[in-house]
Amino acid sequence: MNTHPMKLKIDGVDVECSEGSTILTAAKTVGINIPTLCYLEGLTPYGGCRLCLVEVSGTNKLFPACATPVASGMEVTTQSPKLHEYRKMVLQTLLAERTHICSVCIANDHCELQTQTNQYGVDHVFYERNWSCNEIDSTHDFLVIDRNRCILCTRCVRACDEIEGVHTLDLKFHGKNTDVIMDQDELWSKACSCTSCRKCAKVCPVGAIYVEGENIEYTKDPQVIAFIVERRKCLK
Amino acid sequence: MGGYSALVRALSDMTPQGIINEILSSGLRGRGGAGFLTGQKWRLVARANNTPKYIVANLDEGDPGVYANRSLAEADPHAIIEGLLIAAYAIGAEKGYIYIRKEYPLAIQTLQKAIAQAKAMTLLGNDILETHFNFNLELRFGAGAFVAGEETAILSSIEGRRAMPRPRPPYPANSGLWQKPTLIQNVETLANIPLIIQNSAVWFAKIGTPKCTGTKCFSLTGKVKNPGLIEIPMGITLREIVFDIGGGVPAGKEFKAALIGGPSGGCLPEQLLEIPIDYDYLTKVGAIMGSGGIVVLDTDSCMVDTARYFTEFCVDESCGRCTPCRAGLPRLLEIFQKITHGKGEPNDLIILEKSCFFIRDASLCGLGQTAPNPILTTLRYFKDEYMHHIKNKKCKADVCFKTPTKDEPK
Repeated sequence: MNTHPMKLKIDGVDVECSEGSTILTAAKTVGINIPTLCYLEGLTPYGGCRLCLVEVSGTNKLFPACATPVASGMEVTTQSPKLHEYRKMVLQTLLAERTHICSVCIANDHCELQTQTNQYGVDHVFYERNWSCNEIDSTHDFLVIDRNRCILCTRCVRACDEIEGVHTLDLKFHGKNTDVIMDQDELWSKACSCTSCRKCAKVCPVGAIYVEGENIEYTKDPQVIAFIVERRKCLK
Repeated sequence: MGGYSALVRALSDMTPQGIINEILSSGLRGRGGAGFLTGQKWRLVARANNTPKYIVANLDEGDPGVYANRSLAEADPHAIIEGLLIAAYAIGAEKGYIYIRKEYPLAIQTLQKAIAQAKAMTLLGNDILETHFNFNLELRFGAGAFVAGEETAILSSIEGRRAMPRPRPPYPANSGLWQKPTLIQNVETLANIPLIIQNSAVWFAKIGTPKCTGTKCFSLTGKVKNPGLIEIPMGITLREIVFDIGGGVPAGKEFKAALIGGPSGGCLPEQLLEIPIDYDYLTKVGAIMGSGGIVVLDTDSCMVDTARYFTEFCVDESCGRCTPCRAGLPRLLEIFQKITHGKGEPNDLIILEKSCFFIRDASLCGLGQTAPNPILTTLRYFKDEYMHHIKNKKCKADVCFKTPTKDEPK
């Protein structure tokens, strides 16, 4: 439906894409992968994790590839020593923020934070690590939330609001005290708007929301969102 | 004096394009802190294809100790409304909001009264001054978050959501309130508009410097003899503000530094007192114009503690959206706790500086991008004080190493 193809350069490669696409999707069409955490195909971009920052020629500013629309003539750099350094810092600050111990985490080996950390060779954190001790909410019949592992990517919040349409999940407080809550900060069992659809557990990139007693490999299915969005388009 | 005569002139004698050109040639820059050319912003919104268009006046002044916008709203609310009307006419908006913090009850009252008066005089509503120009104005209240003064956070708040900034682009000029073109302007900028229309752009451009025209309001506080609100022409030096207007530091003490730009401004030492107050100069030395707060510090203040204090403020006021600001700033505070409790190591300063650059470059909005300013400037101009804290475990001003702060590590 878009009539104006946009021409830009990503890492020196000529890319042609439709108006309104983002740098991230444009890069994907030519096989350039930009690391992401909070981005999930099918959900509104959040631009929060800052892992997908890229350089755009003509300005000193860095732009999140997931949320930045392409413009004609844009020249994008997705890999540079500075970006590499900053991506490592993003991962380090995330690891230092709350309790992230892979060996005792249910999502071990199926965790996007762990994957990125390995990929960027973050083998130590040069800050003092914090050990948050929020209580785990396992009052729901089968869904569990462990906020100590949450990286506040809000994938679950957006999936609950935009795809399931119930908006059970949201954020409370701000800054370092931000947390994901159910309804008016109730226990999950008391959150009567929850439809128990499990989408939050499917999209969680870490081990913060999971299904009790279920193999995490089976639970995790972030692509389901893009699938649903695509199917709904067919219905129209 | 001459209330709304600029509006009469704008509506009867000028075209919207003419007004934008006049504002452009006046060189007026946004008084909210970033200093974007106002005329340029108006042109962008006027050219946007989508309708309806909105206009938002930013009166969410969150910086501690800064009351410039509040006194403007309390003393001269009609200047803001007139500026809004002219801006709305120029960009083609029919609906406007004044976003004001709930903590300003008197300012809210005065504005409500002024809006009622303007409505009674047919200066608001339909067919304003018997032209075909319609404009409606509403107040919207902030709940006290510092970050809600960020332009995209205001939009989220007015839409009824969490006041969290959004990534830009898309810019509000194309996709603001409810994805419609929106002009967001600080109230101080708007109050300048009637003056420019009435007295011409040439008159306005004569005040200040060629690149920074007009005047700017500052809240001068801290260790000066005459603290208070001041309005100065752009380009006068910091020394003139602190010593001529402020009367200097009270007897017996010496000037040490001036913090310009609120909690995310920069600490400037004595050797920089001669710099002119100007957006570009301030950015060059690591400070910002910000909302116009100047805090003067004397030798009783410890620069390490000052940087710690303002970092703590930004940690508390972060919205929690992006990683560098939410997860990065508290790490800086932890390093400060170490240094001010005698546990600092020289390596800490390297980590501190590295993290500051990261937070400055990688954060989503202005809060995170400017939050490291107090640290970077104190590291730049007062590094010896940091070293003294780390090596000798002593604080020259006798501030650190004793007061337990609320976030003290256990």
